[in-house]
Amino acid sequence: MIIIGGLMTATAVVAGAWYYLTPKWSRVGYQPIQPVAFSHATHVDQLGFDCRYCHNGVEKSWYSNIPASSTCMNCHGQVLKDDPRLALVRQSAETGQPIPWVQIHRVPDFVYYNHSVHVNRGISCVECHGQINKMDEVYQVQPLSMTFCLDCHRDPAAKLRPLDKITDLNWKWSDNPTVNAEQQRKNGQKLMQDWHVQSLQNCSACHR
Amino acid sequence: MRYFLAIFALCVLAIVGVLGFRGSHSRQPSLYIFPDMERQPKLRPQTANAFFDTGMSSRLPVAGTIARSQPVQVGPKLVYPWEDSPVVTGRVPGTTNFVEWNPMPVTAELLQRGQQVFDINCAACHSKLGDGNGTPKRIGAMAVVANLHDKRIVGLTDGELFNTVSYGRNLMQGYAGNLPIRDRWAAIAYLRALQLSRLGSLDDVPEAARSALKK
Ligand code: HEC
Ligand code: HEC
Ligand code: HEC
Ligand code: HEC
Ligand code: HEC
Ligand code: HEC
Repeated sequence: MIIIGGLMTATAVVAGAWYYLTPKWSRVGYQPIQPVAFSHATHVDQLGFDCRYCHNGVEKSWYSNIPASSTCMNCHGQVLKDDPRLALVRQSAETGQPIPWVQIHRVPDFVYYNHSVHVNRGISCVECHGQINKMDEVYQVQPLSMTFCLDCHRDPAAKLRPLDKITDLNWKWSDNPTVNAEQQRKNGQKLMQDWHVQSLQNCSACHR
Repeated sequence: MRYFLAIFALCVLAIVGVLGFRGSHSRQPSLYIFPDMERQPKLRPQTANAFFDTGMSSRLPVAGTIARSQPVQVGPKLVYPWEDSPVVTGRVPGTTNFVEWNPMPVTAELLQRGQQVFDINCAACHSKLGDGNGTPKRIGAMAVVANLHDKRIVGLTDGELFNTVSYGRNLMQGYAGNLPIRDRWAAIAYLRALQLSRLGSLDDVPEAARSALKK
């Protein structure tokens, strides 16, 4: 009796730790309330703007910037000029005080992550951020844990795509899943060779 | 045993009830279980930082200063952004007249970059064709967007276009902050190619290919 009870408790504790003590539970799904109800679904999916119109540093630097409010005002000087939902944006553009957007994705400070390397090597935003173009409010989709990074670094060919499709988050080689997988294998291997993409598994690639 | 099972089931239910399932959306900040060294007191871009009087870690350059370290490659030459050169100002040196032609050597590579810059930054309003019917105008959210095939705009000098793209004009804001100098000239080179595509006549097509176009 006692042995069975002990075994059950131990199993439950292990299962609980396995299920809960990982970033898959503790980080995925984080969706803070943002100061302005900005919607990627509206701006990207419906209006068709490119990510790099706003996140214009993503190809050049390790850091993908959140746009300044003057970038919003390029359009919202005319569009929804007096809408109360944009009051904070107008005020911020006038005074120069930034909008206090809440940061969602963040890796620990001892990890050296770099956007430009990935984006210029054919890794799409969708691999790490999910279908941002369908989100009204951004939330975290991937755990961004070390396993997550390494799973791809061991086999980048499974994710590479042509460089002009990086910000097209709906893009696939083919609508048919089996053909898509085949094409990905074939073209991924080829892109790997053409661009000399390495499989980086050294600790010093990410911890330096 | 029965009591044990009941308590066990209750405990499991309580834990799952409180902690929820993986992937459910949450307003709570992420939980860091062993937070050693995860947050170091170093400067990161675009975060709050109490050290500076503005409270921001990203600093604005002092008014009137220019970055010295980033020259623009013009052919074999390097041009620095403080020089009085057409590449930087879009004007004939020493005067306020706009230069007639793009000072960048127009290569296939520049045009390709130009297409990318144009499709990302300009097409949002002017559309990929440059006719001014981008999405904001089509859905009626934006009233005035210039048609870049307009005769007056086709007739402007490259220098004046550079000035518009950099510092804006009337209802259009400038892109000096978002686009480096080279990208702005690339967009203009591509814009000229777009304009040409509507100005071409049959005589521009090689003799051999003409019959294919005649219908
Ligand atoms: C019109 C401007 C605009 C466009 C276009 C845009 N974004 Fe954003 N993005 C923002 C703003 C503003 C925020 C901050 C507010 C928020 O999190 O919703 C943001 C936040 C994000 C975040 C979360 C940042 C964090 O704190 O972790 C990600 C990821 C992101 N964008 C990815 C994308 C991707 C991918 C695309 C293209 C499919 C895209 N964005 C297009 C303006 C834009
Ligand atoms: C390239 C043009 C453009 C840019 C840049 C832009 N917007 Fe918009 N925005 C629009 C258009 C067009 C609409 C739709 C207006 C309508 O529905 O009539 C819109 C709608 C909105 C709305 C209304 C809610 C909704 O989803 O319909 C909000 C809020 C908003 N934008 C915030 C922002 C913020 C914040 C930024 C800066 C990060 C920004 N926009 C940048 C064009 C733009
Ligand atoms: C290989 C994975 C990966 C890819 C691909 C990727 N990102 Fe990220 N992104 C991250 C990580 C990791 C972070 C958190 C970085 C940090 O700690 O500052 C992040 C952060 C961001 C942020 C928030 C920056 C901040 O500090 O608020 C934005 C915005 C963003 N990414 C946009 C994009 C866009 C747009 C693309 C595609 C052009 C893209 N990302 C592609 C992994 C990725
Ligand atoms: C979907 C695939 C994918 C994911 C996910 C991914 N990477 Fe990468 N990463 C790559 C590719 C491809 C390269 C380019 C390798 C090369 O230079 O040949 C790369 C390169 C890098 C580099 C550059 C190393 C150098 O030598 O400069 C760093 C740093 C890096 N990744 C960190 C990360 C981190 C941290 C994560 C997790 C948040 C991550 N990556 C997730 C595919 C990925
Ligand atoms: C592809 C990038 C990448 C490579 C390569 C990599 N790591 Fe990591 N590492 C990460 C990321 C991302 C995290 C943060 C994980 C988290 O926050 O959950 C991390 C976290 C860690 C931690 C801290 C774990 C914790 O929970 O505090 C240690 C220790 C570590 N890595 C050791 C290593 C060692 C040893 C190697 C070489 C065998 C290595 N890493 C290679 C990306 C990488
Ligand atoms: C946010 C929307 C928007 C974007 C993005 C935009 N423009 Fe404009 N543009 C306008 C509007 C509106 C006008 C009409 C200005 C007026 O006459 O009031 C205009 C006018 C112009 C003109 C004519 C100026 C004149 O002399 O009348 C040129 C040339 C031009 N844009 C080029 C560009 C280029 C090149 C880009 C990309 C770098 C670009 N625009 C991006 C909205 C935009």
